[in-house]
Parts: sequence; C-alpha cells; structure tokens
Amino acid sequence: MAERLHVGTRKGLFELARRNGVWDIVATHFLGDPVSAVLAEGDTVHAALDLGHFGAKLWRREGGGEWRELTAPAFPPKPEDAGDDPHPWSLGQIWVLEPGRVPGRLWAGTMPGGLFRSDDGGTSWSLNEPLWRMAERRQWMGVAGGEQPGINSVLIDPRNPADIRIGVSTAGVWASTDEGASWRIINRGMYNEYMPPEQREEPLVQDVHRLARCAAHPEIVWCQHHNGVFRSEDSGHNWREITAIRPSKFGFAVVAHPRDPDTAWFVPAIKDERRIPVDGKVVVARTRDAGKSFEVLRDGLPQRHAYDLVWRHALTIDASGERLAFGSTSGGLWISEDCGDSWIAPEARLPPVSVVRFADH
Amino acid sequence: MATVRFTSALQRFLAAPPTEVTAATVGEALAAVFEVRPALRGYVLDDQGALRRHVAIYIAGEAVRDRVKLSDPIGPNDEIYVFQALTGG
Repeated sequence: MAERLHVGTRKGLFELARRNGVWDIVATHFLGDPVSAVLAEGDTVHAALDLGHFGAKLWRREGGGEWRELTAPAFPPKPEDAGDDPHPWSLGQIWVLEPGRVPGRLWAGTMPGGLFRSDDGGTSWSLNEPLWRMAERRQWMGVAGGEQPGINSVLIDPRNPADIRIGVSTAGVWASTDEGASWRIINRGMYNEYMPPEQREEPLVQDVHRLARCAAHPEIVWCQHHNGVFRSEDSGHNWREITAIRPSKFGFAVVAHPRDPDTAWFVPAIKDERRIPVDGKVVVARTRDAGKSFEVLRDGLPQRHAYDLVWRHALTIDASGERLAFGSTSGGLWISEDCGDSWIAPEARLPPVSVVRFADH
Repeated sequence: MATVRFTSALQRFLAAPPTEVTAATVGEALAAVFEVRPALRGYVLDDQGALRRHVAIYIAGEAVRDRVKLSDPIGPNDEIYVFQALTGG
C-alpha cells in the first residue's frame, strides 16, 4: 500500500508520508509556484509547473535528491500553411503525466492538446505528430471556454503498451492501437446536453472531464463527463450512462479500482454554473456493482458549509485499491485507508489543489 | 557593448545575471545570452521563438515592438530589460 502522497497545488508541491499510522506533510517543494501535474514512480518524482509568465516547466527528483529541471515538451516550428490553426503551437500546460508501461517511457497530455512521449524517462520529449496534425484536431474546443483544448487523461493498456486511449477537453475519446502512429475517435453513446440538439451525440463534442481504467480489466473504462457518468466495457468504444450516481451527476474526478471492474469512485458537485458540493456537503460516491447503485460516503468529510470543488486530477487511488486521496479548490485534503468508508484530513491549510498522486503507480 | 538584464523574478528558477552582448537586434542579443545559458530560453520565449505573452522587453525605456521576430534594433550601449508583467495573486 502507498505510504507517500504528493499534492500539487496553486502554490507548491506538498509531500506527505504515513508514519506510525498518521499522514503528515514531510516536505514542501516549489513553494509559491503552480503545480499542474505530478507523477511518482518509486522514488522518482516528476513535477510539472505552470509558471504563467515563464511558461510550463518540468522537473525531476530522484532518490530524495535535488530537483533538476528537464527540457519541457515543446512544439515543432509552426509551418506556414498552419496559419489558420485555432490552437497555439506552444506548450501551455502539462496537464497529465503517465507511465508508458515500457521501461523509460512516459506520456504527457498537455494544453493546447498536444500529446508528448519520452523514451528516456522524461529527459527528452517528442510531440505525437499524427495526433497533432490530424485535420479533426482543429475542431477540438478549448477548456472552459478558453482557446486551448487539453488532453486530460492518457490510458495505457497494461497488457499492450501500444494500445492507448486519451480523453480530451473537449473532443471525446481517441484511440491508437499502434503506439500513437494513427488515431481515431471512438466514443459512442455519450451525449452533451449543452450542445444544439443535432450535435448532442456527436463523438467529437463530448465533454470528457476524466477517464479511469481498471488496471486488471482494461476494457472497463469509466468517464466523468460534463453532464453525467458513463461506463464502457469495450475499452472506450461504446458507453452507457450511469444514472444511479448520487447526489448529483456533475463532477470532474473519477478513479477505478485497480482489480475490481465493478468499483469506481466519483466526487459529485452541483453542475455546472455553480460548481459547489450539493447542500454544502463534501461527499464521495462509490459504486461496487458497475454503476447499478451508489453509496454516498461522508464519514470524516465536512458536512456543513463546505464549498470544495475537486478537479479532475485531484482524486487518486493507490495500487492496492484501499487507499484514496482527494484535494479541493479550497485546499481541503482527505485520505482514506478503507476504500473510502472513512476519511481523515491531515493537519494543513493548503492552497487550491490541482493534482494528488500516491507514490506507487 | 549592450547589456541584457533579467528580472529578479527569474532568479528563483535559474541564474540570469546581466550579460554584455554584441548584437544588432533584440533577437540577436537574446540569442547571445541563450548560447551561454540555454535553459533561460524557454523562460523568455515560447516554443515558436516569440516573446512569451506575459514577458516584456524594454530598450532605453521603450517596449519592443516586434514580439514575434524580435527584430527591434539596439544600439551599442543600450540596456535591454527583460521582465514579467505581474498578474495574479
């Protein structure tokens, strides 16, 4: 079970460790700087910063040593015939970092929608050109009304690292089965209720907030979508809506149990103009029967005048499936060691949390 | 020689001391600095080599006009200031 947790916030990276059964902050990193993505594998930690004025940066720390800055992913020179491209050819933000299930390989999902790959443990990166140069990519819509789309999820099939799914804000679910050499949009069965009626079921307009895959049964994929929760049993091709979600169907985050294909967790909120918890109570919704029913978990979570929102990368689960953690826009942080039945809050008043990650993935 | 000076806000991330350069344009001046300090480039310029949106360069009290190709001319003894437009909280 994971004994260490990394919490990326608007104002730095906080490292927690479990000692004598108690989780506490044991180190702070990049204090004052926005952290947009974290990946911790063993004692190697990658942290992506979004410095605003000075751009998106990537740092690595190995074995508890000094942080070293790496060359961040960068877009190639913009060709002259791309003058009408609606998206900038410049890295806006590293939004998600995932292991590639091949030694040395990492994937980075970014704004403005570029997927990058490293084969040397993050030291150098190359843009996935087939995805970026697809004509359809120009139709991707920006995150939250902005100009930049973002790749929010990168799912690698543990049995076959050439089989990749990505979730895009906002452009549905894309698949490659050849290590990224070619891509196609695959999602069917979702609907986007804020689009005009004739567009609602178009795969390309689906506002996928976050995807999560069962590691032991990779064909099972869960989606927290802008207007609901969906589940696929065929690796993201066909989706059915999960209507039993309580107390609401809006949210950003989802995690899947690493072994049980029927178990997943969500953090529902009031959609979408307000984005606060229902009735001012922070809760986690858990299904253990593939979405037929949900338990609303609240033991240890604030139940009075709590207005915490949980972003898409701010809910995580460890490899055991027993430990979960999530952080909020109000700086709340909660950890569970019993699959979400109860939660504890480490003593801290954190900046807004963008990402949480256990150090065992 | 012209001198390129960087905002102290950059010093939190990496060394950026004042650097004397021989150059005819802003782009040449920055290129001369980045040759010595390549890590600095990505903090000042975006992936396409244009000035980052929230970074400003002033020469003799005036903001550079060409933020994309950095073609503004510089004099032999100019002071070139690279700094950030402060925002946020």
